[in-house]
Amino acid sequence: MRPAEIGHLLKLELLLDQRQKHAMGGMLLYVASAVYVCYLAVRHIEEASVWNALFWLILLFAAFNTLARSFQREDTGRQLYLYTLTHPRSLVLARTLYNALSMTAVSLLTLGAYTLFIGSDGLDDARWPAFSGIVVLGGIGFAAVLTLIGAIAARAGSGTGLMAVLGFPLVLPLLLSVMRASQLALQGLGLETSGRYLVWLLAIDAITVALSAVLYPYLWRD
Amino acid sequence: MRRNWWKALGVLLLLYVVLIGLRTPLAPTIVHVDTDRITPGPVRFIAQGYGTAFSTEQPPMVWLENSGQRLCAAEVTVLDPLRIRVELEIPEGFRSELSHLHVLDTRAGQSMVLHEAFWTGGRGSGIQEATCPATAFSPSAAFTFPNRAILNETIRNLFFHVPMWFTMMLLMTISVVHSVRALGAGGLRHDVAAVNAVRVGLVFAALGLVTGMVWARATWGTWWTSDPQLNGAATVTLIYLAYLVLRGSVADPGRRARLAAVYNLFAFALMLVFFMVLPRLSDSLHPGKGGNPAFSTYDLDDHLRLVFYPAVLGWMLLGTWMFNLRLRAARLSESRP
Repeated sequence: MRPAEIGHLLKLELLLDQRQKHAMGGMLLYVASAVYVCYLAVRHIEEASVWNALFWLILLFAAFNTLARSFQREDTGRQLYLYTLTHPRSLVLARTLYNALSMTAVSLLTLGAYTLFIGSDGLDDARWPAFSGIVVLGGIGFAAVLTLIGAIAARAGSGTGLMAVLGFPLVLPLLLSVMRASQLALQGLGLETSGRYLVWLLAIDAITVALSAVLYPYLWRD
Repeated sequence: MRRNWWKALGVLLLLYVVLIGLRTPLAPTIVHVDTDRITPGPVRFIAQGYGTAFSTEQPPMVWLENSGQRLCAAEVTVLDPLRIRVELEIPEGFRSELSHLHVLDTRAGQSMVLHEAFWTGGRGSGIQEATCPATAFSPSAAFTFPNRAILNETIRNLFFHVPMWFTMMLLMTISVVHSVRALGAGGLRHDVAAVNAVRVGLVFAALGLVTGMVWARATWGTWWTSDPQLNGAATVTLIYLAYLVLRGSVADPGRRARLAAVYNLFAFALMLVFFMVLPRLSDSLHPGKGGNPAFSTYDLDDHLRLVFYPAVLGWMLLGTWMFNLRLRAARLSESRP
């Protein structure tokens, strides 16, 4: 496991995404249509807690869709190729990192589209920089937890359904802390109140990344 | 027999728990008075007891207590072993605070208090110490469980509901240990152990949920409520059901063993984090959380302890035995040609 190896693998992921533009485009379309469907369904939300809950639901499903791709797009040939060249730990760390980057993009895009359509009436006290920061951290957290789950589901050879079954109960602690923190930010409370939830968030991220690095090599063998 | 002594111990402990846990009476107490507000002047009310043995031969002593003031009943009539009629004369000066009702039955050796039984409407600054003759009292040595408001008879569920979760955690820990070893050499043998521990653990989780729901219905008035402790229990059950789903979707035994072990380790670690995060997210109604009294060191009655600790050990031994049987059956059916 070397930093250079992780760098090359990151470049590979980026290259693959550039070649498969439809996948990224599909992701954007998913976010846009999910937000639009919510807009048609509710039009206007006054309550901060409902606003917050709906936003996180959209982001949660977007995360599952984005992250399921990372291990599932791999055919046996490329897997064998990577197996001979790289250390599994570099691979899982590179993929977690890449997923964290794409989740940052997806969560910011979701936030943009959501505020554009649903609006932010009744959220005059909200602290938007803090809220955006929490959203990005939450997206990275999803990436940390769901990368290994995606790898397990892909190795089990079944589709996104299994990933949802395995992943939902495990992202719950993350989701609950991040929703609580963002709710506080929406009510105009700064990091001095929501800070402790962010500490939990970072702890969960660190634990899951460490576990992924330890456990992934066992998934890899066949 | 020498190797199986722990199974016999488990069965004996559970027999003891069921017999003593269900047959021990609750401590006698006053559960109800038919008025909750009393004003200066003559007052008459009926107090309903639970597990009391009032006798007409020697009516119990009854008095009100209110921040050091003591007011004796003028007359106590025993209606039946569970009911007394009390007549009092509340003086003008009796303080306007919540008064406790004390009932002392020297004949049966029972002393009972109904805390905050009445709001006394007087606005006085206090009365002179009313003299209730102090009586020599020797409490009966009967073995009873505490009789708490709301909990009442359901307090016995302590010996069933709580040990279910302890046993589940024990089995899940056994499963994780086997999962770690399943990742090493000879994985399949440990994989069978890991999955059977989870299966038995899920039986105890289901029993824990059912006993908890029945208890919640009896005390909180609802089968389920959005409470951190309850959500945690539901999530843990979901995680392990997902573990079984994962196993079901992989055909190759070697790959199944590795995938399941990786998921089990990952899930167990996150579950521990979850248990640390959850109570800090919001308050809980559940005993032991959010400032509610738990059946903890300061709160667990000595008599309850005498049954609760054997219950924990007994259920854990039974769970281990169930796991042991399942594992042996699974290994036998594997080795059959």
